[in-house]
Amino acid sequence: MSDTSTQPKKSSAAPIEEIESAVIRFAGDSGDGIQLTGSQFTTATAFAGNDLATFPDYPAEIRAPIGTVAGVSGFQIQFSSHEVLTPGDAPDVLVAMNPAALKANGKDVKPGGVLIVNKDAFTPANLQKAGYEKDPLEDGSLSAWRVIPVELTRLTRGAVEDLGLTPAQSERCKNFFALGVMYWLYDRPLEATSRWIEGKFKKNPVFVEANTKALHAGHVYAESAELFGHHYRVRKAPITPGVYRNITGNEAAALGFVAASSASGLTLWYGSYPITPASDVLHELAKCKSFGVKTFQAEDEIAAIGSSIGASFAGMLAVTGTSGPGVALKTEAIGLAVMTELPLVILNVQRGGPSTGMPTKTEQSDLLQAVYGRNGDCPVPVLAAATPGDCFAMAYEACRLAVKYMTPVMLLTDGYLANGSEPWLVPDAAKLAKFGKPALLPLSEYKPYTRDPQTLARPWATPGAKGYEHRLGGLEKQDVTGTVSYDGENHDRMVRLRAEKVEKMAQDIPPTEVLGARKGKVLLVGWGGTYGSITAAVQNLQKRGAPVSAVHLRHLNPLPPDLGEILKGFDHVLVPELNMGQLIKVLRAKYLVPAAGFNKIKGQSFKVFEIEAAVDALLKGGKN
Amino acid sequence: MDRDHDELQTLPGSGPMLQAKDFKSDQMVRWCPGCGDFAILSAVQKVMPTLGIPKEKIVFVSGIGCSSRFPYYMNTFGFHSIHGRALTVATGVKCANPDLQVWVVTGDGDGLSIGGNHLLHALRRNVDVKVLLFNNRIYGLTKGQYSPTSELGKKTKSSPMGTIDVPLNPIAVALASEAGFVARAVDTDLAFLGEILTRAAKHKGSAFIEILQNCVVFNDGAWDPVASKDVRDDRMVRVAHGKPLIFGKNKEKGVRLNGLEPEVVTFDPAAPPRDLLMHDEKAPSATLATFLSRMGDPVAQGIFRAVERPTLHELMDGQIEQAKAAAPDLQKLLKGPETWTVAA
Repeated sequence: MSDTSTQPKKSSAAPIEEIESAVIRFAGDSGDGIQLTGSQFTTATAFAGNDLATFPDYPAEIRAPIGTVAGVSGFQIQFSSHEVLTPGDAPDVLVAMNPAALKANGKDVKPGGVLIVNKDAFTPANLQKAGYEKDPLEDGSLSAWRVIPVELTRLTRGAVEDLGLTPAQSERCKNFFALGVMYWLYDRPLEATSRWIEGKFKKNPVFVEANTKALHAGHVYAESAELFGHHYRVRKAPITPGVYRNITGNEAAALGFVAASSASGLTLWYGSYPITPASDVLHELAKCKSFGVKTFQAEDEIAAIGSSIGASFAGMLAVTGTSGPGVALKTEAIGLAVMTELPLVILNVQRGGPSTGMPTKTEQSDLLQAVYGRNGDCPVPVLAAATPGDCFAMAYEACRLAVKYMTPVMLLTDGYLANGSEPWLVPDAAKLAKFGKPALLPLSEYKPYTRDPQTLARPWATPGAKGYEHRLGGLEKQDVTGTVSYDGENHDRMVRLRAEKVEKMAQDIPPTEVLGARKGKVLLVGWGGTYGSITAAVQNLQKRGAPVSAVHLRHLNPLPPDLGEILKGFDHVLVPELNMGQLIKVLRAKYLVPAAGFNKIKGQSFKVFEIEAAVDALLKGGKN
Repeated sequence: MDRDHDELQTLPGSGPMLQAKDFKSDQMVRWCPGCGDFAILSAVQKVMPTLGIPKEKIVFVSGIGCSSRFPYYMNTFGFHSIHGRALTVATGVKCANPDLQVWVVTGDGDGLSIGGNHLLHALRRNVDVKVLLFNNRIYGLTKGQYSPTSELGKKTKSSPMGTIDVPLNPIAVALASEAGFVARAVDTDLAFLGEILTRAAKHKGSAFIEILQNCVVFNDGAWDPVASKDVRDDRMVRVAHGKPLIFGKNKEKGVRLNGLEPEVVTFDPAAPPRDLLMHDEKAPSATLATFLSRMGDPVAQGIFRAVERPTLHELMDGQIEQAKAAAPDLQKLLKGPETWTVAA
């Protein structure tokens, strides 16, 4: 193979095979540009008209020791001519930039799948760092897969050798060479990436040339070296017509907040403290100053929410974003927002817990914290987004409900949604539903805690409103007047009023959609980022004729008013969750249903087949 | 300041004449009889009408502790937040609506212990709020535990054999946090406290005032060794901009530098020596102010530092104005850097 780059055997027209879908994964050192490579492949795939879903998997360490398994970064994409709901269970193709990447990811690849490896990186030193005793390319241990070794480093250097780059600079282009290989394999267009390279390196024309050359060289190499025998085409998916972009959950949440600000006429405040995996929301919003958005990187999580409560008191649309450990720190202040009945959105981009846990891995283990985790009887509405794009809709909805009901609202997303991406039908900004601060009662009727009979919301009289001077605080409030009260009867009334107000929000929840029949053997009830896996599994089961339906909850507190009736229509309720069983506790407590849990706590979302298997087991075991 | 002087003040423009009583809320003041907080409340209510700010544009924010009940007694907008977090809430209020004048009332426990971090950061950011730190060197509301300003070895309920923590110096902390306006006053000296409050209100940016305050129940006589009537002239020196440090019942004492240490000299009041230390509250560096904050005998009061610089809300709004040069386009934002069209 050593001479193939310089002497292609022929300009082969390798046959093209039509396939429905494919799952590929790029993996390498966290400094290898893997996320960039993945996002470029995603763009090219979107341009090719496929439906897709992606998921990055990166280490917590910014630059873990080079060449070690701990330092491996990955990016997976599933694309198809049909609807895509998840980034895929197992890759068909893995691109491994070094032995550690192979070690960390090889076992995930489907048997018979393809391993494209950077042969140049399989040096004794790198093998040792990755923990290989023998070279896996030579010891037969990879016989379950088709291994395609490519001298990525040498070939890339060769492609850019006339540009006068240092060896290190040349080598840095190898991810584009690998991308070129994959573009050929899946018949993707090169133009979008070429344009991106031109924009990215416009200050350094030599890098534009080098990366472009590497990309094209990889493409030509894949074709002329006849690495694969044939290549693949995935036809366009039947997608709702319109203008699309690729979007991650964190980007979508940030845009949802800006859109809510625009639709309500309330200026956005975002108080936050950097935390994985929520920081990107802060980064996105910090770029939105032209919309009047005020971002405040606070000294800690408590200051982040404290400033947001202050901004809300003064009349802004206030949001504070964090992850689970940050919510733990904000807990007392959330109670303050409940007591003062001020609108506030708390975004929790969940990650593996407890404590610092697994910052870069996904989990759904903060539901009970969101619903119950405060001192006192302290009800907070809880929403959860189902897909990356849904983070936009739910961020918007959280803002709308917070203002309408004058309450803090918790919005749950997770690391899987936050960093995963999907094509997103760009909404028409002019058609966003308007909402806003209700008109203030005339002074003669105003008291700080008079309530709207429909929503039980109290008035939002902000400093500057003459005659409306009042004092708020965390001490119990006298009903109506809002002055401090330690009266037992009043406290009983106020605790119940606050709970009733949150329950009233159920009137804003749309009817629950059931995937499949409304009566049957098994109902899967999911929430949050597992939507894709559960839906794909249920669709597969239904194709096989299984009497299975699914409901996916986006409102966790209050629950949809029609949920109880739906649950009654099934013999079994199965609740898949990426935790020890949290929604299931809420469902059992509220509906007294003998629900069963299916739980995974491995820092990854469900594989579709895992859910199918769990349902199959229930159907077999559940027959009376 | 004349005690009744402020009652005669009118607002600039055509607004109604406000008086101290207009700033009193309908709530019964619930501090212990004899508490130093009454005097401070009274001083603040007297200063308010002199500032020419309508009361709906004034916000008092507090944390938790005896002092933090303060907002309930002011007929302005008010926010009694949670322990230590007043400055975080105040930061949001001020940045949300820079038109408001925002005051924070806190104590030595609330502001320097549980809320210490927020104090540092609000001051360094120059959040335009006026911080009144009531320092009585004790936890009063929890009934008598030592605080971060309690003197070393102090015996309290939680330190029956004496404290083993070195106390913080609030003025030094504020100066180290890059505060632009730093002052100290005593609760019993209403006229001087009023002057300091007025100066703080007019300062653009963070203003920090440590008010030495007595707790009659749990730390009575907290400041008697330096601030009681019989010793205060000899134990405290009022620093004034451009003036030498002179004190004593007959103005017969002064402070001068001896190397890097202060030295008290006694002289004929008619002919003070020329080498006395001169105060300069406008000094760009906080070195002199820090030196004064560290003096133990005499203890300095007055304005240690009054230097203005851009405030947080000015800088924040400035960036927003700059960004708005590119007209906001929500549709463009939603589209992001790259889109593709799926045809019908």
